[in-house]
Formats: sequence, C-alpha cells, structure tokens
Amino acid sequence: MTPGLLSVVTFLPAVGAVALALVPRRLEGVHRAGALLVAVATLAVSIPLWTGFVGDSADFQFEEVFRWLPSLGVSYHVGIDGISLLLVLLTTFLTPVALASAWYAIEDRTKEFVITMLLLETGMLGVFVSLDLFLFFVFWEAMLIPMYLVIGVWGGGNRIYAAVKFVLYTMVGSALMLVAILALYYQHGAATGVYTFDVPALARWVLPPGTAQNLMFLAFALAFAIKVPLFPFHTWLPDAHVEAPTAGSIILAGVLLKMGTYGFLRFCLPLFPDASIAFAPLVFTLAVIGIVYGAWVSTVQPDLKKLVAYSSVSHLGFVMLGLFTLNQQGLVGGVIQMINHGLSTGALFLMVGMIYERRHTRLISEFGGLWKVVPAFSALFLVVVLSSLGLPGLNGFVGEFLVLVGAFQVSGWLAAAATSGIVFAAVYLLWMYQRVVFGEITHEANRSLADLTPREWAMLVPLVVFIVWIGVYPAAFTGKTEATIAALIAQVQSKASVALAR
Amino acid sequence: MIPAPPVSLSVLLPVLIVLGAAALVLVLDVLPPRTSKAHLGGVALAGILAALLVAVGRWGQEGRAFRDMVLLDGYALFFDVIICYAAALVVMLSMDYLARTGHESGEYYSLVLFATAGMMLMASAGDLIVVFLALELMSLSLYVLAGLFKTRLTSGEASMKYFLLGAFASSFLLYGIALIYGATGSTNLDRIAASAAAKGPEPMVLAGVGLLLVGFGFKISSVPFHMWAPDVYEGAPTSITALIATGSKAAAFAAMIRVLVVALRGAQADWSALLWVVAVVTMTVGNVVALAQSNLKRMLAYSSIAHVGYMLTGLVAGGSQGAGAILFYLLAYTFTTIGAFGVIGLCSRAGEEAVDVGDYAGLARRHPLLAATLGLFLLSLIGIPPLAGFVSKFYLFGSAVRAGYIWLVVIAMLNSAIAAYYYLRVIVYMYMREPAGESMAVAPSFAGGLALAIALVGIVLLGLMPAPFADLAQAAVAPLIR
Repeated sequence: MTPGLLSVVTFLPAVGAVALALVPRRLEGVHRAGALLVAVATLAVSIPLWTGFVGDSADFQFEEVFRWLPSLGVSYHVGIDGISLLLVLLTTFLTPVALASAWYAIEDRTKEFVITMLLLETGMLGVFVSLDLFLFFVFWEAMLIPMYLVIGVWGGGNRIYAAVKFVLYTMVGSALMLVAILALYYQHGAATGVYTFDVPALARWVLPPGTAQNLMFLAFALAFAIKVPLFPFHTWLPDAHVEAPTAGSIILAGVLLKMGTYGFLRFCLPLFPDASIAFAPLVFTLAVIGIVYGAWVSTVQPDLKKLVAYSSVSHLGFVMLGLFTLNQQGLVGGVIQMINHGLSTGALFLMVGMIYERRHTRLISEFGGLWKVVPAFSALFLVVVLSSLGLPGLNGFVGEFLVLVGAFQVSGWLAAAATSGIVFAAVYLLWMYQRVVFGEITHEANRSLADLTPREWAMLVPLVVFIVWIGVYPAAFTGKTEATIAALIAQVQSKASVALAR
Repeated sequence: MIPAPPVSLSVLLPVLIVLGAAALVLVLDVLPPRTSKAHLGGVALAGILAALLVAVGRWGQEGRAFRDMVLLDGYALFFDVIICYAAALVVMLSMDYLARTGHESGEYYSLVLFATAGMMLMASAGDLIVVFLALELMSLSLYVLAGLFKTRLTSGEASMKYFLLGAFASSFLLYGIALIYGATGSTNLDRIAASAAAKGPEPMVLAGVGLLLVGFGFKISSVPFHMWAPDVYEGAPTSITALIATGSKAAAFAAMIRVLVVALRGAQADWSALLWVVAVVTMTVGNVVALAQSNLKRMLAYSSIAHVGYMLTGLVAGGSQGAGAILFYLLAYTFTTIGAFGVIGLCSRAGEEAVDVGDYAGLARRHPLLAATLGLFLLSLIGIPPLAGFVSKFYLFGSAVRAGYIWLVVIAMLNSAIAAYYYLRVIVYMYMREPAGESMAVAPSFAGGLALAIALVGIVLLGLMPAPFADLAQAAVAPLIR
C-alpha cells in the first residue's frame, strides 16, 4: 500500500527529523538549512491539497484508511474537509516561517531544536487530519512534548514554570477527554453493535440527549477550552507566550491555539449537538468576556509580547463566538478568523521577536521613534497591526465582520459587547504602535537599529501577501470552506431535531 | 495406600531450566576462574533465554501436573514471558553494575535465578499451597538480594525491612489459605470455586479473601501495605530494585488474578468493591507522595505504587477485558520500569550512585542519547502516546469504562495528570537546568546498553503495534474466565 498525499504531508517533517538526528551535532548549518528545507518541502507538497480540493463538496477528501488495531476498531483514518484544509495549510505555511525566525535566535542545541520543531509539525498536522478519535488523541497528546521542550529548553528566564504550567493544564483537560472518548466508544458500540473510533461513523450516529451527552460534551469542551484558551482557562497562555522563543510563540499562537477551536468544530458540534446547543449561551458569554477582558488587559501591558498574548485571548474569543452562533456567517467567520489570527498574530510575534533580537528588550517604554530608524520594519509592522485590529481591506476585518453578523442573529446585546472588543483592539494596538514607532527617539540604543534583512523580508512578505489577499478577496478562502460549514450546520440541526422528536 | 502422583515434569520445563541454570551457576562459582564472575552472568542469561524460548514455543499448549497443583496454560506462559524478559534485562544490567560496585558474585546470579523460578511458578500455580511455596522461594531470594551491598547501611536496612514485613505478610497469606481450606476443604483453586459455588457465601471464605488480599497487597505494594516499597527500592542494588519493581510485581499479580477470578469468582462482588477503594487510595497516595520525592529511586517506588493502583482498576472491571488489560499493562510496565532503573544504574556521581534528581541536571548536554532514553521511559510512564504506557493505559481504562466504572477512570486519569508533574521534573532537570558541582559519570556498558536498547524498542513497538500483544494477553486470560 502506498501512502497518500495527506500522509506524506503529515509525516514528511518527522522523516526529516529522523534524518537530521543522524547528522552530527557540530554541523549546525546543515541542521538549520536541512530543517528549513524539509519544512519548505512539506509546504510544497501540501499545495496540491489546496489545488486538488473540491470546494463544492462537504465530504472528506484525500481520505486514507488503514486498519491499525482491528480488535478495538481503531484505524489510521485521515482526510480533510474545508475546515482542516485551511488549518493544514496554515501549519505548513507557518512552520518554515518559524524555523527561519530561529535562524540566529537559537544558538544553543540547534540540532535538538530543529528536530523538535519538525516533530511538532507532524504532531500538529496529525491533529488536523485525523478522522479517528484514537489517532487524534495520539497526535493531540504527542505534540505536547515538543512544545513543552521548545518553551522549557529554549525559552526565557521563567521558562520552566511556563512549560510545566502549559503541559499540566493541557494534560488535565485531555485526561477527561480520554474518559469521554472511551465512554462515547462504548455507548456507540452498545447501541449499534459496531465498536469504532471512526469520527464520521460516530458523527452519523445520534447520541441520545441527556446527562451522558452533556458530561461528554463538557469533558471534550474542557480540553479544547483550555487549548483555545477560553476565559477563564487562559492563564497559562501569557506565561507560555512570554517565555517561549519567537519560533515557539509563532507556532503556539498561529497553530496550537487553533487546535482547541478546531476540536470544538470537528468533535463537539457534530458528536454532541444537543449539548452544544444547550451550552451555547454559556460558551457565548465566556467568549464575549474573553474578548473584552483580553482587550482590556492587553491595553495595560508594558511588555510587547504579553500584549500580543492577551490580544490572542481576545481574538480567539471572536472565533469561539463565531463557532457557537451555529449559523453560516458565524461559523465561516470563525474559521476565517482562525486563519487570520494565525497569520496576524504569528506576524506580530515574529516582528516583536525581530526587535527583541536587536534590543534584547520587549518593554514598550524602551522604544519610541522607530519610524525614523527602521522605516521598512515600521511600515510592515503597521500593516500587521492594522490587520490584527480588523481594518477593512485586510484579513482581520473579514473574519470579525462575519462573526459579528452571525452573533447579532443570536443575541444583540452580547454581539454589541463583543463589538466593543474591536474598538478596544484599536485602542491597545494603535496606542502600542504609537509609543513604539512614532514620537522622538528617547533611547540612544534605538538610533543604531538595523532595518529588515533579506531573511526577514523573506519571512514577512508572504505573511503580508496573505494578509492583504484574504482582506481583498476572501472568497478564495471562504469558498473552500462554505460547503463544509453548511453541511456541518445541517448535521447539527438534523441530529438535534431527531433527538427532540424522540 | 496413597498412589504416587503421576509425574509430568514437562509442564514445569521453563521453571526447571531456570532452576538448573541456578544450580549450574552455584557449581561454576566454586570452579576456576575464581577472579572473574562475568561468565556466570552469561550462564544465567543463557538459562533465562532458554526458558523464554521454551515458554514461547509452548504457546497454545495446555497441561496439568502434580494433581493439578501446577498448570501449563496461556496465562502462565504469558507471565513466563514477562518474567523472563524482566530477569534477562536485569541480568544484562547487572553484569557491569556489579563489577563496577565491586559486588560481583556467583550467588547473586543464582539468587536472581531462584527468584525468577519462584515468580514463574507463581504464575502457573493451581493450588494455594504452590502459590505460597513459590511466593516464599521468590521472596527469600529477594530478601537476600536486597541486602547484597553488605557495607552499605541502607542496603541492610532495606533487606531487614523487606524481610520482616514480608514475613509478616506471608503469614497473613498463609492464614487466609488456612481459612479458605477450612471453609471449602481444599486448597485447589478449581475445587475451592466448586465448593464455594455449592455452599454459597460464607463468612470464613470472605475472611480468607481479606487475608489473602493483605498478603498479595503487600507483594504488589498496594496501599496500605506499601510502606516497605520506598525504603527497599532505595536501599537495594538498582538492578534488584528493577527486579522487585517488575518481576515480583508481575508474579504477585499473576497469582492474585488467578486466585481471585478462578477460585473466588463467587465472591467477586465483595472483592471488587474492596479493590475499587484500594485502587483509588493506592494510585492517589502513590502519586501525591511521589510529588515530594527528590530521590529518583524513591520517586519511582511511589510511581510504581501508583501504577499498581491503575492496574487494580482492571481487576475491578473484571472480565477477560480487564484481566487481559492488566497482563498487557504489566508487559509494557516491565519494559518501561526496567529501562528507567537501568539508566539510573549506569549513572554515578562522585563514586556514589546518582539517585538525586539534581544529579541529572544538564544530562542532556553531556549525554544526549542517555537523557533521551530516560526521557522516553519517563514519557511512557506518564502515558504519552505513541509509547507503550499510553496504549496500556488505554486498554486498561477502556475495560473499566466498558464495565461502567466511569468515575474510577476519571480519578485514574486525573491521577495520571498529577503524575506527569514529577516525571516531567526529571526531564526539566535533564534538559532545562545546568549541572552544579562535579559532573556525573556514565559507565560504558555494552550489556547494559543493549538491555536499554531492547527495552526502548519494546516500548516503541508496544506503543505503535500493540494489537498482536494485546490479543495474546486477551487469549491468555480468556480460559480463566468462563
């Protein structure tokens, strides 16, 4: 049997990691270049997924099924639909950027670093392509360890605390999810006679509403809510972001947080539709609290990275808001907002990392007047900041607008409160930008800063291209995902009404 | 006149091979060359491997001997394989370890072999008397081995503690056997089951079950009979700690499962309710106390107590699923734990064994391969996929969820999350801290390295391709549970 395209994309980084493990440690250049090559190759291999994907179809595409543990009904089942396609491409796109950002920033144990990053990429891709709960859980847990090492080994001063906190939060969440997976498996098996972890099969089955479904929903939701992170489970995030190296922050913000929102979409909504509808007001409220709270806390941060980290809490709140509107605009907006946040916040972390490399500080008060010294950097930084605060014409606007359109159909008051988050986003981002870039140069050290290098241009230009592309012509991206979302909503509603009819 | 029982030694062949090797080691010990004992380790290893091959070759056969006192079945053979793997890896780890610490001796290897024979016999016991005899053969050998480092105070303390508490536990076991014999008129497992089924529940049987559980609880180190474990694990030579943590635990589980599900099936409602509580207390106490340990051997001792708690959930769940999951778990746990102790046995600092977690600071920088190896064993103990520890937990907790013990599994999973903290702390030291003071020395050892490689391949293989092994474990327990 030959592995399909999706398996090649998923495991190419891991294969590259194994190959690099055999290269002697002292050849640091080989490790850096080799890892980047592998990541770029993975990106190249993943492009046919985009071109070959039929956007009109809600079915899983590029599917592969091999029996893995037949006695348990576990198979290696992978496939992508309109939701996971975008996230897979986001992952393959951001990983080379992250590796390139670490070119000079990571000097200690380069070999281990690049191997860890490549294994992390395989883990993340595995999460997005798995269509078997067992397989999904394997990837979900396995990718924890590389991220833990990235934060804990290559992070800042308080890195160990941050890394352990990150792992323990996630493990507690996923512990209960595993129980729920097993419970669902046996309940499905007892009801239908077919014992399987296959997600499409489980999603077709109507789980009777009631306490069991609610508890399973909550167990899954806790695991995902911690990952998103949904208020009030967000406290690990600022620590992890601040301590992680730039490459780690890009991946953490760009891809890892999306695993939580993706989990809600892929598992919570179709598997537990009644519970999803029942708990939607709660999630909705928490999302709005997160939007406003994240924005307020961002405003007062003295540290650039912490500011961006809290802004993630706010932006991911929009995603959650969109998903739990359970209508077409909200869900499409939520999915696009996932991609937007990955691009914008990934770019923000990247640029914060660039000035940190030059000045070795991230305190806003240490900067000021950068436009005069590094105009190119400042201009691109402006584009990224504007995209993050949702300026029309750039990507952030599209997602937030759709989410709010969806949200107003559900609750005008909560949507209005969420809209204030956009205003506050303008406040904290523009105020930060003003203090960093405009005004007089207040610190002599800033006078000699170097502007963007070719390597930095190469990382930023693709990001900015996508930021503008999605902002100007979002249909190229929403077109791939709309059919899937429509089918998902139909599935949720039909399952919920079947359960009601009983 | 009592007719002489038919003798069919072939049923006992794997045990006899190990005993023969033990005798051979004793004889060779007094023959030249007197200066080196390395060849004795080779003889012991050969004996264990021969027994392993015989056990594997007999898969599928059934037999009984000595008036049903000794059984040959898939269940016994599965445990024979686990125990032989454990013993073989321990012998390989011992060879250089003993030479380095200056305690190389012939009786070490023969005692390991005697203990191994006792463990294997426990798995094939069809009679409570054989259970007791085999348990004593194993225990007495281990008592001596724990005190092997005669000049080290902790080693003597370990041996003494293990002996006194062990003898106490054995007497509980014997008392329980006596009560059950009194109530049912037999020590044979099948006949006890038949008699109990005919007479219905009797207080004397229940009292006997309780006392048996005390005896077995001591050997598997379940709370509240776990007090000896940390001191013994800490004081005993590391290779023997590995054997106590894996082989003797597996053997005690083997006897316990067989006695409970075959002979005392009638009282299942009683012992499974009791074990529910024991499981929860054991895993929680093990994990919480392990959080506070800075000595790696003590930490692994408490972690092994916690793992016993997990395994007991399989017994609570019952059925061939639950028991089969325990067998698979023991297989995975054996590879993982021996590997972890094996790495510790290779590390030393300032002439002393490196057992403090601080000794491992910065290990990844100087010995990246060894650090990665220990890291993988620890990740498997946490239960991170795709390593053996994850899959075995999955099977185990799956069986409990299937039987309806959702809350037990919730507690167990939360415990696993707590446990992640102290395992990860070792990884924190190895990868994220810099060494202080004299750096750690790692002894080069071909046999030890090979043993670690085997254990590593074992946990990866069991993690990625668990199906054949898990199916074998199910097949092994299926005949017990009719």
